[in-house]
Amino acid sequence: MRAVGIILAGGNNHRMKELSNKRAIAAMPIAGSYRSIDFALSNMTNSGVQKVAVLTQYNARSLNEHLSSSKWWNFGRKQGGMFVFTPTITKENSFWYQGTADAIYQNLDFLKRCHEPYVIIASGDGVYKLDYNKVLEYHIQKKADITVVCKELPPEEDVTRFGVLKMNEDCRIEEFEEKPMVSNSNIVSTGVYVIRRRQLIELVERCAQEDRYDFVKDILIRYKNLKRIYGYKMQGYWNNIAAVDSYYRTNMDFLKPEVRNYFFHQYPDIYSKVDDLPPAKYNPGSDVRNSLVSAGCIINGTVENSILFKKVFVGENCVIKNSIILNDVYLGDNTHIENCIVESRDTIRANSYHVGEDDIKIVIEKNERYVL
Amino acid sequence: MIKKEMIAMLLAGGQGSRLGVLTAKMAKPAVAFGGKYRIIDFPLSNCINSGVDTVGVLTQYQPLRLNTHIGIGIPWDLDRNIGGVTVLPPYEKSENSEWYTGTANAIYQNLNYMENYNPDYVLILSGDHIYKMDYEVMLDFHKANNADVTIAVMPVPMEEASRFGIVVTDDKAQITEFQEKPEHPSSNLASMGIYIFSWKVLKEALVTLKDQSNCDFGKHVIPYCFEQGKKLVAYEYNGYWKDVGTLGSYWEANMELIDIIPEFNLYEEFWKIYTSSEIIPPQYISAEAKIGRSIIGDGAEIYGEVENSVIGPGVVIGKGTVVRDSIIMKETTIGEGCTIDRSVIAENVTVGDHVETNVGEDIPNKLKPKVYSFSLTTIGGGSVIPANVKIGKNTAISGETTPEDYPDGVLESGETLIKEGDLA
Repeated sequence: MRAVGIILAGGNNHRMKELSNKRAIAAMPIAGSYRSIDFALSNMTNSGVQKVAVLTQYNARSLNEHLSSSKWWNFGRKQGGMFVFTPTITKENSFWYQGTADAIYQNLDFLKRCHEPYVIIASGDGVYKLDYNKVLEYHIQKKADITVVCKELPPEEDVTRFGVLKMNEDCRIEEFEEKPMVSNSNIVSTGVYVIRRRQLIELVERCAQEDRYDFVKDILIRYKNLKRIYGYKMQGYWNNIAAVDSYYRTNMDFLKPEVRNYFFHQYPDIYSKVDDLPPAKYNPGSDVRNSLVSAGCIINGTVENSILFKKVFVGENCVIKNSIILNDVYLGDNTHIENCIVESRDTIRANSYHVGEDDIKIVIEKNERYVL
Repeated sequence: MIKKEMIAMLLAGGQGSRLGVLTAKMAKPAVAFGGKYRIIDFPLSNCINSGVDTVGVLTQYQPLRLNTHIGIGIPWDLDRNIGGVTVLPPYEKSENSEWYTGTANAIYQNLNYMENYNPDYVLILSGDHIYKMDYEVMLDFHKANNADVTIAVMPVPMEEASRFGIVVTDDKAQITEFQEKPEHPSSNLASMGIYIFSWKVLKEALVTLKDQSNCDFGKHVIPYCFEQGKKLVAYEYNGYWKDVGTLGSYWEANMELIDIIPEFNLYEEFWKIYTSSEIIPPQYISAEAKIGRSIIGDGAEIYGEVENSVIGPGVVIGKGTVVRDSIIMKETTIGEGCTIDRSVIAENVTVGDHVETNVGEDIPNKLKPKVYSFSLTTIGGGSVIPANVKIGKNTAISGETTPEDYPDGVLESGETLIKEGDLA
């Protein structure tokens, strides 16, 4: 393979509200059985990338747990492999990663020791399938310095939390605005970039000298007119989950047959860590409709238009509607949950009532499970 | 130097002919069980959970499915630098090349494998039982009793004892007598086919009996050790243990898993059962589906009604179809408007629309009445069933069938329709 991969999985985001209290966004559970970073990692391995660095910083415990072995994504190889880099104190540097460019800078030795001519940078919060080879070919064909994978969003979509860009007929990026207040374009950056390795090293080193730390602001936007920066418009499903409403929506999208078919049944597959859980069990009294149910669940109540992640227990006479129940949640009898996201490992007491009225409600309850 | 205190030898070469078409293309230990597992997962998981990290799996009959399943042992953490799982098929030698002719003969032919690990004890297991057992406790028992051979036994109801190999013990658990399917049993302790041998005793017995034809543990090795005055003790096991050797017991054991709190509980954190999960996505239950009392594997898509059934991973059940009291294995597709009753449908089967199974009278199977009984309909792996046909009770189907195979659209009870595989 001609490229190494870097996955930027360090971030936290206030738009995730309480959901990012205990985990990095890249570790957010998606579609019942996956975590957000599985999509980037699977795209890497499916594109033949053999060497991937995951840069993480914020609340990395649950991400590290998920990445405890590289074998699930087929990275446990003699050639290459998966490397997880958290900030370390060195003689030159005793700071945390101060931005995406700084994160790469602090791990520049990794890049310098690679022999691959290109680097694919991806973020850990996108849900999509993409053959990075196609982007790489495009990058070479355009003689670009940097290629930004972008996606045209439907006009009604709010783009103010993205990097918004405008291209000329040749697809060279002419305007690039990070999180604009108002925008007249609906083409957004997906946070996937292709760049020549030596070019990246040079740009990141120069940034560091100037005390600049952000890849988008200090490289993409600053060098926009100086370097040949091109946009690659990706087709197919793409969603960024780094805000509660889009996290909810992305998960609910998997109730649509075309989305399921695209991710679950079409080549190539998305891989994830395997948890060795038994099949889901439906007891008398269960009534499940239009829902996704993951391994290890035990259901005694009603579930409608919802997603049950792994190992969820639904008590008798429970009613769950339009909700996302994350991993290992115990719902006591007669509980009513509607328009909610229930945080993982929660224990909800019997007879609880949670309904999200206007917005999606995030339910976090830390009760003792075994005294119920 | 390589040294393992105890290694396991898992006998997985048998056909399991009483499972009929289910074992047409795979050995019995590879047959699916409980929605996502295969029978061999239970002894393999027991091994790793008991701290036995060196397992030789003896294969012979149709090993392909088993080999792919085991791989290098990753799902069971049996991918080790030293030890781990090794698949041991019969091999050619400079003289006397032969297949494995009996359980003990198979072990004898792999003396070199065992010798490599310099073991003190060898655990002999078979790949066709469903149970959770800590072999380490059994080994402690073996050591505490200073035994040469320890046989795991379980109490069975006295009236059924005459169906088993029965051991009689004294009050110190030492075995004083063996009775093979006795008419008048003097004990109710049945041998489970699980043995711990002290290595020297096993090696000596196997070498001495090497010319015995069809050399078998129950028939030859154990009696030989007994005659030689070795110390044989019985280790009593009181948990769940199920032999799934017949279609009836296989079906029953699967159905027991869907009890509200099953006697054999797969949901305990303690003593996990591991398997090779190739299918990761969650299952989808559609708006018009109805599910009652069942277990369903990952990645299944259910558009119909499922009641009292065990559904494997990746199974698709079409709209308007009703599945009751049935076992449907991995990646089988059932069309729309079918009625599937009391059926065992193996992997990768395609069932057309409006098919009805288990119809008509309870007539014994004409070809193999002992195999295809229990009023079940059994469909072998990879079969194709055309649309709009009816299939009777005590029937078996294997291979790609067409409407012409069903006179008047019906396969009568008691009929067998085999179009491919070893049984054709």
